[in-house]
Amino acid sequence: MKQLSTKVTSNGHGQDSSYFLGWEEYEKNPYNEIKNPNGIIQMGLAENQLCFDLIETWLAKNPDAAGLKKDGQSIFKELALFQDYHGLPEFKKALAEFMEEIRGNRVSFDPSKIVLAAGSTSANETLMFCLAEPGDAFLLPTPYYPGFDRDLKWRTGAEIVPIHCSSSNGFQITESALQQAYQQAQKLDLKVKGVLVTNPSNPLGTMLTRRELNLLVEFISSKNIHLISDEIYSGTVFGFEQFVSVMDVLKDKNLENNEVSKRVHVVYSLSKDLGLPGFRVGAIYSNDEMVVSAARKMSSFGLVSSQTQYLLSALLSDKNFTSTYLNENQKRLKIRQKQLVSGLEAAGITCLKSNAGLFCWVDMRHLLDTNTFEAELELWKKIVYEVKLNISPGASCHCTEPGWFRVCFANMSEDTLDLAMKRLKEYVESTDSRRVISKSSHERIKSLRKRTVSNWVFRVSWTDRVPDER
Amino acid sequence: MMERSSNNNNNNVVELSRVAVSDTHGEDSPYFAGWKAYDENPYDESHNPSGVIQMGLAENQVSFDLLETYLEKKNPEGSMWGSKGAPGFRENALFQDYHGLKTFRQAMASFMEQIRGGKARFDPDRIVLTAGATAANELLTFILADPNDALLVPTPYYPGFDRDLRWRTGVKIVPIHCDSSNHFQITPEALESAYQTARDANIRVRGVLITNPSNPLGATVQKKVLEYLLDFCVRKNIHLVSDEIYSGSVFHASEFTSVAEIVENIDDVSVKERVHIVYSLSKDLGLPGFRVGTIYSYNDNVVRTARRMSSFTLVSSQTQHMLASMLSDEEFTDKYIRINRERLRRRYEIIVEGLKKAGIECLKGNAGLFCWMNLGFLLEKKTKDGELQLWDVILKELKLNISPGTSCHCSEVGWFRVCFANMSENTLEIALKRIHEFMDRRRRF
Repeated sequence: MKQLSTKVTSNGHGQDSSYFLGWEEYEKNPYNEIKNPNGIIQMGLAENQLCFDLIETWLAKNPDAAGLKKDGQSIFKELALFQDYHGLPEFKKALAEFMEEIRGNRVSFDPSKIVLAAGSTSANETLMFCLAEPGDAFLLPTPYYPGFDRDLKWRTGAEIVPIHCSSSNGFQITESALQQAYQQAQKLDLKVKGVLVTNPSNPLGTMLTRRELNLLVEFISSKNIHLISDEIYSGTVFGFEQFVSVMDVLKDKNLENNEVSKRVHVVYSLSKDLGLPGFRVGAIYSNDEMVVSAARKMSSFGLVSSQTQYLLSALLSDKNFTSTYLNENQKRLKIRQKQLVSGLEAAGITCLKSNAGLFCWVDMRHLLDTNTFEAELELWKKIVYEVKLNISPGASCHCTEPGWFRVCFANMSEDTLDLAMKRLKEYVESTDSRRVISKSSHERIKSLRKRTVSNWVFRVSWTDRVPDER
Repeated sequence: MMERSSNNNNNNVVELSRVAVSDTHGEDSPYFAGWKAYDENPYDESHNPSGVIQMGLAENQVSFDLLETYLEKKNPEGSMWGSKGAPGFRENALFQDYHGLKTFRQAMASFMEQIRGGKARFDPDRIVLTAGATAANELLTFILADPNDALLVPTPYYPGFDRDLRWRTGVKIVPIHCDSSNHFQITPEALESAYQTARDANIRVRGVLITNPSNPLGATVQKKVLEYLLDFCVRKNIHLVSDEIYSGSVFHASEFTSVAEIVENIDDVSVKERVHIVYSLSKDLGLPGFRVGTIYSYNDNVVRTARRMSSFTLVSSQTQHMLASMLSDEEFTDKYIRINRERLRRRYEIIVEGLKKAGIECLKGNAGLFCWMNLGFLLEKKTKDGELQLWDVILKELKLNISPGTSCHCSEVGWFRVCFANMSENTLEIALKRIHEFMDRRRRF
């Protein structure tokens, strides 16, 4: 019988994990304000739906951009033929400036160091291909985006070794955690090629502190390895503090011309800040010419549609639009996050204090029967089946402490979020008043547990039908 | 073992991966000088009439007017998502499902059926979308083969395969040598010989990959060859990949047999399951910039895995949306396919006639955006170097950038691929004139 490659027969794509039940349930019974008000509310999807009106208004005022026209003249042919992996120059320029604007124009981005990719999914994988051999390892702080298991490891053959972070200090990265992870890799006989962080963090919704960034730069310097900073959520910072990019730190430490700056690479995308995941726009930014050169050639496998590059070059070149958008986006995210946080508080639930992202990292440890991942799975199932909310359990993000969940707030209306909070409150109040679990529901939970995989380390979080979420 | 995991060598720069530093991407090959020469001195009818004419780029520019007219008619206000507030925009912007837009998949399936004159059916649920055929071919290779395995590919072949099939996948290409004695068709002997070569080197063969119609030959693969290939793959228990990216550019529809037609009449799943087709809109529709490719597989496991892997290379939902209605408009696509074929055929006739008048023969072609020209008789030395020397003369004296057969791994020297669909008719005439004059000059000496 002819076979397929080991990539097919392995589970590197991660989609056979038991956790996909939540998605399946949602697909079977999706909430709809009018048609299905008792359905499951999707709170596991990190989408930004808060500012589409701003883009729509802009589109209505600027029909040329989406109409493949420039100054009223059709440029269809030029765009249709444009497949240069250097990318549309106007687009790279606009993207570089947008990235600068997000960082308060404190650091500059050279468009010639930008490599475009079909989403940051593609960008992250490409960087792995460039920086790691099969069997090499990258260190990642936990909890991390479940998709990394696929993006960084599946086709590249690279490994992830976790840097364990805990709630004792708000899940911040410590020097000892870094060293421990490094040593663990060595014990496993894995060559460490670098560290990859997401800043702001998914799933935490927090920004890395300067202390952590300094620590990371010093660490990669001393170990002579790379640092990848996935800053896909950089435009979703809504707190009082400014976003501090690793680029800020390099500048402030006067390392921009130092050799270490060549080992720092930033990944970006328009999927979260602008809410355009369908358009597949990602980017790698690197100070290392060889990385840029190799990544650029690899981008042939995932170029951005020239039609899309053109539209976005027009959109992002409009500085009135970008400054208004970034401001409004911040404002609306802040309001929405507050709504979630207070809704949770009303249910007696706290979350990690956050100031970025499209989600909160919610502490439900007090709702667990036991301090185990099995109990977390049980609680998660109750939330899916009884409370009818699809949220992401911490185990799927490789969190080392049971009881934490990622809950998204930017992919639904205010009313829907309200309703979700109401349901949660009712559930918490009802469980408070029945401390003893009835026999029948105990049996049901046991049988659910039998159906699923016993390994508490969930790999990733999609079903076959689910959009690629972060 | 210890050495491998030690990083404490501050004196050494941390290396990039072997893949990153290898030259398997192929861009360091000598004939990229041709591209450079063109970039530095590009021909322009008015501004630079003595510049280099680009004849090394297989682009289809002959039918844009049909597309532009259609799109203008459909969206006169220019807005793709409807005017006044762009309804449908947000749904489209959010759509990142790797299944792809259903309407678009249906449109692709119907388009592929039309190209094959209805002789094969395509199920939209077996269509996996990728950002171009470049991505599709690499993806299929990741799925069908492991590092150090091999795919058998008939020569001459598209130079890009060296990168697409091998670079990041670690898979090897073992050539199936074809030559002009039988118009470069694949023979059973050549196939067996290639397979044996791989086995002798202890390399595991996972499949055969053909391009039909062929690039660079510009000719369709004969039906009996396809049948033989499938039979061979069944016997060896390997896969058959047919890259049919040029299927819509066959001058006479009746001359093209897709592997899909052959599979259509087969019930045996174990036979069907090894067949996979790659397609793209880059050549037939002339839209390489939009990055629309597809894998069509009769193997459920391959479809499922390819779909998941396509996360790394999805087609922009904006592009899917724009092309969905156009490609499902059967009246339009019928007209487009027909007119496109006619125009390409006409271009082909012009170039072949023109070359003939200059005393140059081409392989009898019936498809594609290029002809396969024989300049073997002009070589001073019948070697690869001799061919490259002649190529250099053509570039520097005639200011024509064409593709030497060596870059396509042709085992016979003296053949060149010459593109004819990426320029105006005038420019083509000028290129032919230069060739004429060159041949005249040679005759006089």
